[in-house]
Amino acid sequence: MPHPIRVLVAKPGLDGHDRGAKVIARALRDAGMEVIYTGLRQSPEMIVNAALQEDVQVIGLSILSGAHNAIVPRVLELLREKDMADVRVIVGGIVPDQDAEALKRQGVAAVFQPGASLDAVVSFIRQSVGKHSPG
Amino acid sequence: MKAAERQFTTISGVPIEPLYGPEAIEGIDLSRDLPPPGEFPYTRGIHLDMYRGKLWTMRQFSGYATPEETNRRYHYLLAQGQTGLSVAFDLPTLMGYDADHPLSEGEVGKCGAAISSLEDMEILFRGIPLGDVTVSMTINSPAAVLWAMYLVVAEQQGVDWQRLSGTLQNDILKEYIAQKEYIFPPRPSMRLVTDTIEFGARHTPRFNPISISGYHIREAGSTAVQELAFTLRDGMEYVDWARERGLAIDDFAPRLSFFFNAHSDFFEEIAKYRAARKIWARAMRDRYGAQSERSMKLRFHAQTAGCSLTWQQPYNNVVRTALQAMAAVLGGAQSLHTNSLDEAYALPGEHAVTLALRTQQVLAYESGVTHTPDPLGGSYFLEKLTLDTEAAANDYIHRIDRMGGMVAAIEAGFPQTEIAAASYRYQREVESGERTIVGVNRFQSDGQPIELLQIDETSARHQRQKLAALRARRDNGQVRKTLDALERAAEGTGNTMPHLLDAVRAYATLGEICDSLRAVFGTYQETAHI
Repeated sequence: MPHPIRVLVAKPGLDGHDRGAKVIARALRDAGMEVIYTGLRQSPEMIVNAALQEDVQVIGLSILSGAHNAIVPRVLELLREKDMADVRVIVGGIVPDQDAEALKRQGVAAVFQPGASLDAVVSFIRQSVGKHSPG
Repeated sequence: MKAAERQFTTISGVPIEPLYGPEAIEGIDLSRDLPPPGEFPYTRGIHLDMYRGKLWTMRQFSGYATPEETNRRYHYLLAQGQTGLSVAFDLPTLMGYDADHPLSEGEVGKCGAAISSLEDMEILFRGIPLGDVTVSMTINSPAAVLWAMYLVVAEQQGVDWQRLSGTLQNDILKEYIAQKEYIFPPRPSMRLVTDTIEFGARHTPRFNPISISGYHIREAGSTAVQELAFTLRDGMEYVDWARERGLAIDDFAPRLSFFFNAHSDFFEEIAKYRAARKIWARAMRDRYGAQSERSMKLRFHAQTAGCSLTWQQPYNNVVRTALQAMAAVLGGAQSLHTNSLDEAYALPGEHAVTLALRTQQVLAYESGVTHTPDPLGGSYFLEKLTLDTEAAANDYIHRIDRMGGMVAAIEAGFPQTEIAAASYRYQREVESGERTIVGVNRFQSDGQPIELLQIDETSARHQRQKLAALRARRDNGQVRKTLDALERAAEGTGNTMPHLLDAVRAYATLGEICDSLRAVFGTYQETAHI
């Protein structure tokens, strides 16, 4: 039996709106993944350290406050520094189209905007990890 | 699916019968449960003449970028016929950090106005006479500090505090339950709230020191019943703490105000407001022995449901908001905020916020729903829904009583877990297509681009420069002295408000004041449950 996919769901920045992060965490768990939820107010450093310690293949960042342009690039940079660039970073939240495109160019695997279905998130992670996983 | 097989429920999952007739309201005693508006238990409203006497206050929540820009928006909104102000603060302010704190990086001015010192508060209200305009402030953990700044600005304008009218949100319990913008642990936070209630009872008789809020509980995904029950039980918790402080119920209860969500299920929402008034009136009279009618009358602000707004087909949001606003008005709201069509994307632009205000004006002046109070009273369906909502909320309230009150329930994670389960259930229903969201999971079409308000890093730079100049200009010895006095007061049991006022007058910043309180109270970390 293959190992379940491991996902870190993280809530960076000062924002406390965690409804989306919690719903996603639960949906991924129900889809058979192993989910670690960091809780609130995690700095990029804390998130990358947790991802390293938990040995996850995917980091899901939930950001609704508009601070994504400050936070997400920093997470990507730390992952590269720690030689963890194979960890897929996906972002969910209120991210305007042009910012989403810019984040993807910087290395974010996917951006899920409001109204995205849980199924779409689950399928994306399965496909994305399946493709890159050493097995 | 055949109609006979399909389950019909409210958006919160409450089953709806095929038809309601006289048997649905058999349990109702007209004189006990449904006397005219203005009579206990106020099911039909708190005033007999209701909106004939006075329309609700049209109060659009607003604030973005710098205090200078927000001040300009306030002047614009007042010129458009808005009748009260409501301040949105940015995340660093809500969390008690100055604009130049490392954790404020990327967040300054994004979700509201950035206010780090008395200087910013002076700018925010420049040219706005605080003796004439009522002001609501959405601030919680550091509410006492921002209120102190507000009181000092009023003082500078020469306005007697006795004349000040407005509302401080200051509802920390719902932060632990839902919105999660907390700084200190629950018990010291409750002490700060009690300090403001006590100070207000003595010095600001027309100001609401707290707005006990279900809005954020609902936005976090609760059902209507959970919103109602947790909010009212929070209210009872504040009453318990104030009474323990030695305040007499009728000396502070008339100034407790409430804030509810206006969500999409039309009748369920109206029933919720009616049930809220009933439960609160009975709790005030029977549980706390209030004598004054003013203590028993639940007054509330309503805001249409932000979480119901869709990113897809944003113009549909205008229609959703209009229906939700009408539910709030038919439910007897005292003030109302209508969301703007672009708020699933960003803070509202000027055009969108004007349309949202016009929505209220059309309701008020054209729809005719204001002519008589509680116009839906007596509907079999609405009366039954009101009774059921009341009973279900009372069940929750009793459960929390048995847990030892709301602080204990929060520490045990009870309301948090109940809400998370409800929000997951709802999302699953949307996912399966059991719940329709127009434009999202049915009737999809290609996007209509809308104009968005952009807030860049210029505001953050401006705020940081002002702070640096302030720190260089002020008397730093006086700042240290007032902060030391505040810390000593926080360590004791006396009221912190006079010390907060002194620190604010010395231009100590929000971050410095909150650091002093953090040093004494510690900070709170929740155990995250999924």
